[in-house]
Amino acid sequence: MNDSTHWLLGRLDASALPFWDALQHPTTKNVINAVIASGAASMVVLGAIAVVIGLTWTRRWGWLWREWLTSPDHKKIGIMFIALALVMLARAVIEAVLMRLQQAFGLDGGFLTADHFGQLFTTHGTIMVFFMAMPFLTGMINYVMPLQIGTRDLSFPVMNQISLGLTAAGAAVVMISLVLAPFSTGGWTGYPTFTGHAANPGAGVDYWIWAVTLSTLSSTLSGINFAVTIYKRRAPGMSWMRLPLFTWTALCTAILMIFAMPPLTVATALLALDRYLDFHLFTADMGGNMMNYINLFWAFGHPEVYILILPAFGIFSEVFSTFAGKTLYGYKALVIATLAIAVLSFTVWLHHFFTMGQSAHINAVFGIATMLIGIPTGVKIYDWMLTLFRGRIRMSVPMIYASGFLMLFVLGGLTGIVLAVPSVDYQVHNSLFLVAHFHNMLIPGLLFGMLAGTNFWFPKAFGFRLEERWGRRAAYAWIIGFMLAFFPLYALGVLGMPRRTVAFFTPAYLPWTLTALVGATIVLLAMACLVIQLWVSVRDRHLNAMPIGDPWDGRSLEWAVSSPPPEYNFPVIPEVYGRDAFMLEKERGKAYQVPDEFPDIVLPANSPMGVIFAVTGTAMAFGLTWYQWWMVLLAAGITLAAVIARGFCRNTTRTLSGEEVRRTHLTWLAQVRATTPVARSREQSTDNRGLPVPPVEGAIQ
Amino acid sequence: MPLIAGCSDAHLSFLDPQGPIAAAQRQHFWWVIAITLTVVLPVLVLTPLILWRYRYGGRARYRPQWEFSLRADLAIWGIPLLVFAVLATLTWRSTIALDPYRPLVSDQPPLEVQVVGFDWQWLFLYPEQGIATVDELVIPAGRPVSLRLTSASVMQGFFVPALGSQIDVMNHMVTRLHLEADAPGVFPGRNMQYSGKEFYRQRFVTRALSADAFADFTHQVRAQGRSFTPEVFSLLMAKNTHAALARALDGTETAAITGRARQTDDAGSPADDSTPLRFKHFPSGLFEAIAAHRAPDWSQDTSSLSTTRPLSPDSLLPASSPLSIHPALAAAAPTGATP
Ligand code: HEM
Ligand SMILES: [Cu+2]
Ligand SMILES: [Cu+2]
Repeated sequence: MNDSTHWLLGRLDASALPFWDALQHPTTKNVINAVIASGAASMVVLGAIAVVIGLTWTRRWGWLWREWLTSPDHKKIGIMFIALALVMLARAVIEAVLMRLQQAFGLDGGFLTADHFGQLFTTHGTIMVFFMAMPFLTGMINYVMPLQIGTRDLSFPVMNQISLGLTAAGAAVVMISLVLAPFSTGGWTGYPTFTGHAANPGAGVDYWIWAVTLSTLSSTLSGINFAVTIYKRRAPGMSWMRLPLFTWTALCTAILMIFAMPPLTVATALLALDRYLDFHLFTADMGGNMMNYINLFWAFGHPEVYILILPAFGIFSEVFSTFAGKTLYGYKALVIATLAIAVLSFTVWLHHFFTMGQSAHINAVFGIATMLIGIPTGVKIYDWMLTLFRGRIRMSVPMIYASGFLMLFVLGGLTGIVLAVPSVDYQVHNSLFLVAHFHNMLIPGLLFGMLAGTNFWFPKAFGFRLEERWGRRAAYAWIIGFMLAFFPLYALGVLGMPRRTVAFFTPAYLPWTLTALVGATIVLLAMACLVIQLWVSVRDRHLNAMPIGDPWDGRSLEWAVSSPPPEYNFPVIPEVYGRDAFMLEKERGKAYQVPDEFPDIVLPANSPMGVIFAVTGTAMAFGLTWYQWWMVLLAAGITLAAVIARGFCRNTTRTLSGEEVRRTHLTWLAQVRATTPVARSREQSTDNRGLPVPPVEGAIQ
Repeated sequence: MPLIAGCSDAHLSFLDPQGPIAAAQRQHFWWVIAITLTVVLPVLVLTPLILWRYRYGGRARYRPQWEFSLRADLAIWGIPLLVFAVLATLTWRSTIALDPYRPLVSDQPPLEVQVVGFDWQWLFLYPEQGIATVDELVIPAGRPVSLRLTSASVMQGFFVPALGSQIDVMNHMVTRLHLEADAPGVFPGRNMQYSGKEFYRQRFVTRALSADAFADFTHQVRAQGRSFTPEVFSLLMAKNTHAALARALDGTETAAITGRARQTDDAGSPADDSTPLRFKHFPSGLFEAIAAHRAPDWSQDTSSLSTTRPLSPDSLLPASSPLSIHPALAAAAPTGATP
């Protein structure tokens, strides 16, 4: 390590500015790249300034602090997770389009430098996985799961704040790296020895290490929180076989988080030991072995893809049965398949490196284990089709995403099987075929799932529906854009084009990269549609308001409460008599009843712990990256002090009087009685105030 | 002879196989797709039908409580299970048959080639012939090639799609690969594992020659090739592209040694990606030295190799020349995983 660092700035100096290189070597290409990089950096800076000014102008700091940043409410934390995910999604999609643009002009050159391209695929991949997908699904589970199991919060609300704080810190570090560059070029996998100190001594890899470490710590804590909540806090009568399917997938995801995140925390920590303290764990010499890193990484990495996909499976299950107006087909099979996938996901990690030279028998065993996962996955697909079968299908926005998922996901499964055959993988490994495959799983799977979930539960969270027309446009643009952007990559992969290549010399690739650019442009349009959809919805929020809370004729308990739900969720903890608990209440005419009494409600009190962790986490990661040791020590000291101080805190709860709860609840119930229920044909009209008339069995409607 | 330029569109892919391995892989590829389609196609066909038939406002049957059918369940578990069984069998057989470590069956002894991945070139050593080439793998057609591979830098992926499998190439480790070309031809090859900024240029050509032409080639290189001096080795180690290396060796630009990467725009210089770099000798045991992190031994090189006469097809070297492999590495090589 370098001893000659500045006492205050460490190794940070002017060369970290995104335009420094272009000033030193003003070639055309360097200048173009500096303009792009500086544009991105100023977006970050200006965005931050705009937020600060906006909050000051509207005098919202106190409100932000009390109502959001220090709130232990799982619903607010969930919304903050999702807001973070959407911001990061925007950045990562822009980066993706930039990469597509580069490769569309990439025959013999293009406009991006190789180094810039390397940072783009690394930040894109890292953000999409750790700072888009993970916060999105964590936010979704955070919001929905406690409502579905009939409880008032997670088991550890303050730990929940800390999870959010850690993820936000990791995301902040990735954002800061735009301003004080560079980021790593080692890909989202960060394989040594490329990411070792010898090959890459700069700050980039360190940014990556600390951002990922913060994210994995956050997800481990979230996993523990979710699992304990589902074990301990289900409403009376909510036995295992009555859990809504989304909660089942949340449980399996939580268990996977608990077991799969620590291997990556350990891997990045060991890599940090190599880089900072000259250990030789993953170096080529002195007994190190980078293959240990690769195994550790994928011991996380493969379960991770199921962490990403299972909650989406849960969302699709809810969407299919709700919008087909039908109970799920094969609930038990779906539960068993989910559990089987979760267990099997730990047995297949080696398929990510069939080419590393191990024996053919090992490769064959892992290839076959991989295909085994195809069975429960296939069963799920068919169960969903049978759920639609004999239903009354309303093609709402979530259903469009879900149908797109059903048909596109099986294509990704098909190419996954191709990759699982080692003898064929020897041909397509590390090619764009692989890139096409995992995007084919992650976009129709994870991303469509999250977007479907957003459209599905948004009215629950905010009390008004998302606008339907722009929602449809976004959904179709996502589906078409995805197909055009990624199907050509299958062809390119089969033609031998490697992943992570800034340019190429084979004219035969050009038509395909151009088509992929068209697809990426349509994806960008889809993003624009999402923004417009949100804008239009907020504008028309009074027209589309649905305070009663059940706009889609929902089946599980989250639909039984007002929209938005009160902070305590349920005035009285409900009792559950079967699967599809709320549907059952409605069918028996037992919904919207007045409880006999309203006991006082104890809720967790506000706490600044999440904010403290976000700030100190960012500071520690930044200080470690730039060798500013005083900053690291200071931040670590504050964190420790905060944790100890929290131990002395006696006012961790506050009590809401039953009287107040009763008043709120009775007002809402009066509203329910005064509302005219709407038939499903009027579901998307302004008549829909959240009180449904279900479709009638056997009738034409 | 154009080295890399000009052949870029020929034989890009295993779908246009030029050797037995790639041909088998193409076959497996289509078989796997066909078998898997048996479970995928029903989804693609039936989903739109179901969405239409059971649409809201349609006249089809509506059974909101229907949630189980034994026959349907048998089918949706049974058919995937069956497909899995077929695929598993195919996978087991094909994987073992196409193991990159498995020598190819042939009536001819394999040609031994040692491959070293540098940033950002490939060095090919032919221990029996005593010659070396950079970014150009020259092999006799119709005869198996047995490759031993290591990296002098970070991990790389050695790949000639038209001939067969890719294999990872790692520092301080030796992996193995067997390939064969059916007929004379030129096939592009490259590094598949990202290894830094000039990774995208790290390509090479594989040139399969008839046995006669191969003998002529080796003879010619032994007579007229460049000398493999310590300077060449330090240039290889110093993060260079092919063109920068060629320029440095031809004396047009010594700055290449500094390791500052060449920009793509200054293509006007005489040496470029297609300048052949062929060496008439190399230090004995160079491959083993690189793999074991030892400095090359410059005291002895392959120019003293007994075969100074022209090679003809019937006088091919025996498979194991005195130089073939260091005993320690020979033991370690088959597992590939040991340093
Ligand atoms: C929205 C449309 C998207 C587009 C157009 C897109 C495009 C790309 C491109 C061009 C690459 C680089 C390919 C290469 O290596 O040459 C890439 C890599 C990657 N993408 Fe995406 N992507 C999209 C969405 C996503 C999503 C939703 C995820 C995950 C949730 C994701 C995860 C990744 C990962 C993990 C990599 C690999 C990065 C690496 O090589 O280290 N992408 N994507
Ligand atoms: Cu995997
Ligand atoms: Cu190895």
